[in-house]
Amino acid sequence: MQHTLVALVEDRPGVINRIASLFRRRAFNIQSITAGPTEQPGVSRITIVIDSTETNAERVMANLLNQVYVIQVADLAQVPSVRRDLALVKVSASPDSRSLIMQLVEVYRARIVDVNTESLVVEITGNEDKIDNFVDVLKPFGIQEMVRTGVVAMARGSGPMPRINGNGNGNGNGNGHKQSYAEA
Amino acid sequence: MKRTGAQIIWECLIHEGVEVVFGYPGGTILPAYDAMIDYPVRHVLVRHEQGAAHAADGYARAGGGVGVAIATSGPGSTNLVTGIATAYMDSSPLVCITGQVPSKLIGCDAFQEIDITGITLPICKHNYLVTDINDLTRVIREAFYIARSGRPGPVLVDIAKDVQMTSMDWEYDESPIRLPGYRPHPQPLTRELEQAVEMIQAAKRPVILAGRGVLLSGAMPELRELVEKTQTPVAMTLLGIGGFPAGHPLNLGMMGMHGEACVNKAIQQADLLLAIGMRFDDRVTGSLQNYATQARKIHFEIDPAEVNKNVQVDLALVGDLGETLRQLLPYLQACDHAGWIEEVNEFRDETVQRDIQNRPDDGSLYAAHVIHDLWRSTKGNALVVSDVGQNQMWTAQYYKHNDPYTYITSGGLGTMGFALPAAIGAKVARPDADVWVIAGDGGFQMTQAELSTAAQEGLKINIAIINNGYLGMVRQWQEFFYERRYAATPMRSPDFVKIAEAHGLTGLRVTRRSEIEAAVRQAQETDGTVLIDFRVEAEDSVYPMVPAGAALDKMIRRPSPRVMVETD
Repeated sequence: MQHTLVALVEDRPGVINRIASLFRRRAFNIQSITAGPTEQPGVSRITIVIDSTETNAERVMANLLNQVYVIQVADLAQVPSVRRDLALVKVSASPDSRSLIMQLVEVYRARIVDVNTESLVVEITGNEDKIDNFVDVLKPFGIQEMVRTGVVAMARGSGPMPRINGNGNGNGNGNGHKQSYAEA
Repeated sequence: MKRTGAQIIWECLIHEGVEVVFGYPGGTILPAYDAMIDYPVRHVLVRHEQGAAHAADGYARAGGGVGVAIATSGPGSTNLVTGIATAYMDSSPLVCITGQVPSKLIGCDAFQEIDITGITLPICKHNYLVTDINDLTRVIREAFYIARSGRPGPVLVDIAKDVQMTSMDWEYDESPIRLPGYRPHPQPLTRELEQAVEMIQAAKRPVILAGRGVLLSGAMPELRELVEKTQTPVAMTLLGIGGFPAGHPLNLGMMGMHGEACVNKAIQQADLLLAIGMRFDDRVTGSLQNYATQARKIHFEIDPAEVNKNVQVDLALVGDLGETLRQLLPYLQACDHAGWIEEVNEFRDETVQRDIQNRPDDGSLYAAHVIHDLWRSTKGNALVVSDVGQNQMWTAQYYKHNDPYTYITSGGLGTMGFALPAAIGAKVARPDADVWVIAGDGGFQMTQAELSTAAQEGLKINIAIINNGYLGMVRQWQEFFYERRYAATPMRSPDFVKIAEAHGLTGLRVTRRSEIEAAVRQAQETDGTVLIDFRVEAEDSVYPMVPAGAALDKMIRRPSPRVMVETD
């Protein structure tokens, strides 16, 4: 089963390396990892998708929280969330197939972002299933190149990122040195 | 005031209360060494940087506070790695300061450049590379704070040479440390404490598993109160030794692979395990599938990432042990487990005692005799630093420690060569302690060069080499599991007495049990470090032994005159 974790981290040199190193060292398998800026200067957001049948999500969260630069971790499997992946697909397009591809792009609400005599570059966003499906449909035309960003996700509803209670012991309570995301 | 980066390092160290550092100079750390002369800090010059890290570790474990090791870039820093990993596995607070090539050269494969922050990433609690003098004070303050708080551990600070040489207008920064993601003081919830009280009160056959966390938290009085109030027998991990008096009637002794049969049996038959500051290492659990299957488990632990790592527990109380126990104790009613204690005492078949008694005084010397007699001769008051292997297990079995911080050894990483340099650090931290190294002939030779450090520093350490001419623990595994095929375990050693003498130290040799006591006394009465070469029986083994991966109660016992090998 897929499990999406979101970590807010201090934007320091090597922070991605620390997290990648942690996953390697603890033999945690990850399906995707993405990182990017947030609304807070100096705070980055990392989205991690793991297969929780192989890797225990609570252990991953507890280990992430042990990293000095990890401010907060949320388990989005616990709450309703929006998940988005983005793909760019360079698909072969002959004069014959072009209009067919364009119809599919329409059906999937994708966008054509580059047009060439031999090919089209299509951009699509959505959850992974939708993109997988779209890619399958394009395959018969000949996919020359493809890139996906990996999943980013966000809890639905208003308010900041939900607080987690990792390892079942209400551990986020910390002390004066611990600041919530809102205070950070 | 104007300060160079090099001066700022020492200013910060002094603010942290550092009085002694263990190190080895070199090119990129030279500015720091030059500045050191003007500061009231003792520098212990080791013979290899690994020794600096172990000495700083021994200093910390003996109660000296955060240990500080210092080294140059490149090989200086890579030589620290084994020592850092040793400290990491045993949660020892260390700050390692390394020089780095000038920041402009970083990434250019400059002479003696190595990415030590990259190398030590998985073996440090945290680490830093400083390339801007404006970060230096903050980083050193954070390093000490992180090293000593929460679950302690090593922190490395790599400082580019140009940072050490630049100057700035400097004031010590007294502002609160700001680490929004660092949570060193977790606390259990009230309902979790209530649940713990219920579980403890309901138990009929409880056992406490006490680990190094007891010593790190200083929770010895609270543990004792818990034990006595709830009348719960205590099993110790190797690194927990000293956290609860060995002479206490409810102390069963060490658990695990070389624990007494009765201890492991009690754990296997328990209905409640109170795991206190221990992490269910595979050397104490044996086969996880068969581990204490009837027992509910409560884990008292400061590191949330340890919970449910190896053993699934029914309840975790994540927080400082002392604080958690102080909160818990008022709610506990006194328990009476007389029946269970009686049952546990019946398990005590005295394997270890039998071990000594069954050894005929046939003129040969057994390690068990050496350590038992050393314990008696030092009245159990020595600060013992053991190495790794048979010598370590025999020390854990035969030297009965009643006081905290009197037994130091490398547990998690199992680093041979740890004992001598760690003892140097321990002696520096506690100059009045009767410090004894117990090491095998193999491990001792790994860091033997540190004898020279002890001599130069005028340190009084007593060294017992348990010399059996083999890499004994490996030989024992070969005997039990590899049909006595002794691949690369026979070891020829130098004349250790002469080695001691070559350093201007005293060397003694003991070959008979009757000579042990006199030699120990002579060592204690002689000025300066004394080395005793105990020539023990070559093919003796540590019993009992749970083979790796076997259930905890399936153990190989000491062949006795009647029974050769017995398993239950």
